[in-house]
Parts: sequence; C-alpha cells; structure tokens
Amino acid sequence: MPSGELGVVGQRRWYWPVFAAPGLLWLVLLFLLPFYAIAAVAMGGLDPIFGQPEPAWLPTAWDPETLGNILKSFTGNPAAGMVPLQPVFIRTIEYVFTATALCMVMGYPVAYYIARHAGKRRVLLLVLLIAPFWMSYLMRMLAWVNLLLEDGYVNKLFTFLNILPAPRNWLAGDSVTVVLGLAYGYIPFFILPMYAALDRIDKSQLEASRDLGASPAKTFLRVTLPLSKQGILAGTVIIMLPMFGDYYTPDLLSGSPNTSMIGNMINRFIHTRAGGPTGASITLMLSMFVAVLMLYYLFSVARAAREARQ
Amino acid sequence: MSAEAPALPAPTSRGSSLAGRFGDWLRNPWGKPRALVAWTWLYMAWSIVPVLIAVRIGFNTGRSRSTFQGFGLRWYTQDPELSVFHDESLFQALVHSLQLAGWVMVVATPIGVALALGLARWRGRGSGPANFLMLFPLVTPEIVMGVSLFLVFDNLYKAVPFGRPWLPWSAMTLGLVTFSISYVVIVVRGRLFAIGKEYEEAAMDLGASPAQALFRVLFPLLLPAIFAAAMIVFAITIDDFVISAFLCVEDCVTVPIKIYSTARLAPSPALNALATLMLVASLGAITLAVLVQRRFIRKRETAEHSAVEDFARLEI
Repeated sequence: MPSGELGVVGQRRWYWPVFAAPGLLWLVLLFLLPFYAIAAVAMGGLDPIFGQPEPAWLPTAWDPETLGNILKSFTGNPAAGMVPLQPVFIRTIEYVFTATALCMVMGYPVAYYIARHAGKRRVLLLVLLIAPFWMSYLMRMLAWVNLLLEDGYVNKLFTFLNILPAPRNWLAGDSVTVVLGLAYGYIPFFILPMYAALDRIDKSQLEASRDLGASPAKTFLRVTLPLSKQGILAGTVIIMLPMFGDYYTPDLLSGSPNTSMIGNMINRFIHTRAGGPTGASITLMLSMFVAVLMLYYLFSVARAAREARQ
Repeated sequence: MSAEAPALPAPTSRGSSLAGRFGDWLRNPWGKPRALVAWTWLYMAWSIVPVLIAVRIGFNTGRSRSTFQGFGLRWYTQDPELSVFHDESLFQALVHSLQLAGWVMVVATPIGVALALGLARWRGRGSGPANFLMLFPLVTPEIVMGVSLFLVFDNLYKAVPFGRPWLPWSAMTLGLVTFSISYVVIVVRGRLFAIGKEYEEAAMDLGASPAQALFRVLFPLLLPAIFAAAMIVFAITIDDFVISAFLCVEDCVTVPIKIYSTARLAPSPALNALATLMLVASLGAITLAVLVQRRFIRKRETAEHSAVEDFARLEI
C-alpha cells in the first residue's frame, strides 16, 4: 500500500475525519453561526411595523449605527434616549477586579497547602475543593440568600458578637455583598488550576535554593512564586471570563440597579424585542473586551492538549 | 510525594504565640505550617458549610428559610400544597431538569465520542483548526453563548421551538448539547491518549479490520471514560443556568431557573428541598463517574495518583 494513503493506525486518509464530521458540523451550525448572528443582529435594523430585530446577514448590509451609539455610551457621552453604560462598565470592572484579587489572596495559600503540605489529607481536601464544581452556582447563591436574610445566621452571629448593633439588610443593593458573592462563587475555579501548577513544581528546585543559602522567604519569592506564575494567570483568566458576563449574582444578592453589571444590561435588553440590536451590540462589545483573555486561555488549553498527546 | 520531607528539628521555644509560629514556618517551610492549615480548613468551612445549612433548612418542619426548626420531610412530600411533590411549579421544574439533562446526555455523548476519536487520530490538513473549534465553547463566556444561541434560534432556525425541555430537538436541548460536546471530547480524548495506539495496531496485525479493531478492542477500553463523560454532561446540564435561561421562553422552568426567579421571595423552605434534590442528582452522577473510573482504569497506569487527583486535572 502506498504510505501517502494511510492515516495513523493504518486506515485511509478520510477514515478519522469522518468520525469528527458530525461534531464539527454541529459546532459550525450551533456555535460559529450563532456567534455570527450576534454581529448580524447588532448591525441590523428593527422591523418598522413589528419592532422586531431584522438581522443583516450579509456584511454589505451592515449598519454600524447601534454599535456606534453603544460605543458612545460606553465612553461617557450617550446619545439621547440611550442608557448611560459607562457607570455600569466601570462598576463591572471594579467588581471583577476586586473579586479576583480576593480569590487570589484567599485561594493561593489554600492551593499552596494542598499541593505542598497536605500529606494524608490531600484526597479529602481535594474532594472538598472539587465538590462546589458539581453544585449548581444558583444553589450556592441560594445558600447565601438564606444566611443573609434579615433574621439569618449572619446577622445573628454579628449582633451576638457586637460587630453590628442591629441586624443589617445585606440583600438590598449592597456592593460588598455582591463582590463577596462573586468571590465565593468563583474561587474554587481559581484554586484548582493554581493547585495543579503548584503541584507540578519540582521539589528539588526548592531544596537547591535552600542549599544555596536562600532564606525560606526568598525561596518562596524567587523560586515558588515565579514557577507558579502560569497557574496564577490561568486561574485569573478562568474566573474573570464568566465574571465579566455575570448577571445572576447581583440579581440574587442585591436585585438593585445600583449594583447592575454589564451582564444585567445584556439580559435586560435581549429579552425585549426592540432591545435586540442593543443587547447584541453590548454582547459584541463584551466579547471584544474579553477576547484577549479568551485567546490566552485557548492557546494555553491547546498547548496542554498537545503536551498530553506526546 | 509525601509532604513530610526532611524535617529539621523543630524549634520548641518559640512555638507558643501566633507570630512565633509563623516565624517557625518561615524558618522551616518543611515543618508543619500551622497558619496554612488553619487558613485552608477555614476556607473549606466557608466554602461548604453554607450549602449544608441550606440543605438542612430544606428539612425544616416550620416555615422559616433562615433558621433551623424541627427536622422532617414536610417540604419534600408531606405538605399537601407547598411541598416539592405537591406544588405543581416546583415538581415541574424538577421533571424539566431531569428530562433536559437526560436528552442532552443522550445526544451529546455519541457526537462527542466520535469527535474525540476523530480529533485524536486525524493528523492531516484541517485537524489543527478543528481542534481549535472544539476548544472554543470551553473558553467562551456563557452569556455570550446564551445570547448567540437565543438570537440564532429567534432569527434563523425558527422551526426549532424554545423551551419544551422534554423534546430532544428543542432549543434548550440543542444549545446545551453545543455547550457539552467539548467536555465529552476532553474526557474521552484524555483516555485515548493514555491507551495509546498499540492495542489497535496489535489487533490489526492479528488480522482485524479497522472497524473490528475499533469496536472490539478500542471501544471496550474506552467504555469507562464514555460513561464518565455521560455522567459529567448530566451533571453540567442539570446545574446549568445561563444557557437554559436564555433559551427558555415559556413552559420550560428548570430547577436553576426556578431558584433564580424565586430565591428572594420563596414562601417556604420547599425551594431548598428542590435545590437539595438537584444537588443529590448532580453529585450522585459525578460520584458514579469517579467510582467507575476507579474500578476499571486504575490497575496499572495511575498507581501514583488517586482517582480524585486525576479528576482534579480533568477539569482544567
């Protein structure tokens, strides 16, 4: 048999692509095309009679007016009748960065301990660490709604310890509640890649650093920390991506427009017929804004897959 | 590797105060880092205890959603109007969630397994972009996927009905299959790399056709991973909120959607009971997946890591 015709395990060249075909077709029709639909709706118009979105499927028919209005609103001078998006945008960035910083500060020591010192307890700790992955995010937020109610255990504890003079209403437009809720929701997704990165560090490098006279603090700062940089980056990207699109955490833990994030705006517009192009435009802006994070994540996952293959 | 590596003699004199202990740890990072231990267990408590409290509130015999009362099944079965099994809207949410998760599992698993086989073995032109396309849904924020699917079903695939999770061709099912395929591929492909090509090559050297090598040799070896992938899809779907919510227009409330719309105003702990049932379903599916992986795969490859650790790696 001529070798050019043979695939990996001796089959013909088309043999394996045929297996991939249904899945790839599915992803083209229900992932790539829908992505394009965002652009088509964002740059399309509204039906003059029914007020429904009328997508512009061909790039030649694209009308960037709505997108331009959204961009103006983002940069601080909204056109007449357009919601001012800049405060929401700034608030989203503040929330996401604060919550991410909290995740790092709280999560790094946990990952460090499990990777380096847990010993016999490692399996138990990993089970506890992974358990929240398989609980619905909404269930975990419901738990906090229960705890933060006016007569809930948080108020009881805080008034008992005299931290608060009287029960506080945590669930009415409180930025602190929302940011802590975000941190609570996403921190497991930061710790796991962080753990994987710290676990990969070769212990002999730490011993070498100690043997060559570096203090433990210096060893941590000059060896462990730089070697875990990939993990910090991966964990940060993994939690920032969904956080930028979050709308259910503020809805459940505050419900006030004072804590609205970009996701709340998208959710609000997309479900009203006439808001279609506006919602799609904001989604497009958000996608462009997080594209860098997505590409970084994509390339690092692809790299990991290539390494696993070898 | 065990953590109790070359322990230096622990300095005993300074170990009393908290600052002193921290100092001990700085001097000897291979000793017992008590501050880290405390921090880690505090974190675990903070992470898990709220959920346990929510579960316990579902077993209240009274109406409070914030305080423990007597222990009973009132909000599961006994209350004739408001319990999960008697309140039509709560029971429907449970049924919808199970129907949806079942269909998505049935559709996404075979497509994903075939895609995993194709992508793992296909080396020609086009395999690079195909791999990238498969990874894309994993990194796309769910809200973007939700909006894009909503818009495409609303404006282009108008024949596909919104909601109706009991139909295998509803927008909800199709959307969640799109979201799940990549997870199946990641799980099954990881296993394919671990198995290697030797078994198939041996079978074909012994005269098996490619199809025989695939179905009689490779497929049985892959079965535990396929089962795990199916269970993961079930758990992901039953927990999913964003995509379901965007593709649900009417008659389609699932458990997460029900929690979203009533968490603030729920009149009784029945919502907690409902959420607990869903928690049991999804943790049960994952436990089954881990047990099967452990039972069939451990033997020779993963002597060093436990099944749980393999699972921790799988998520990334």
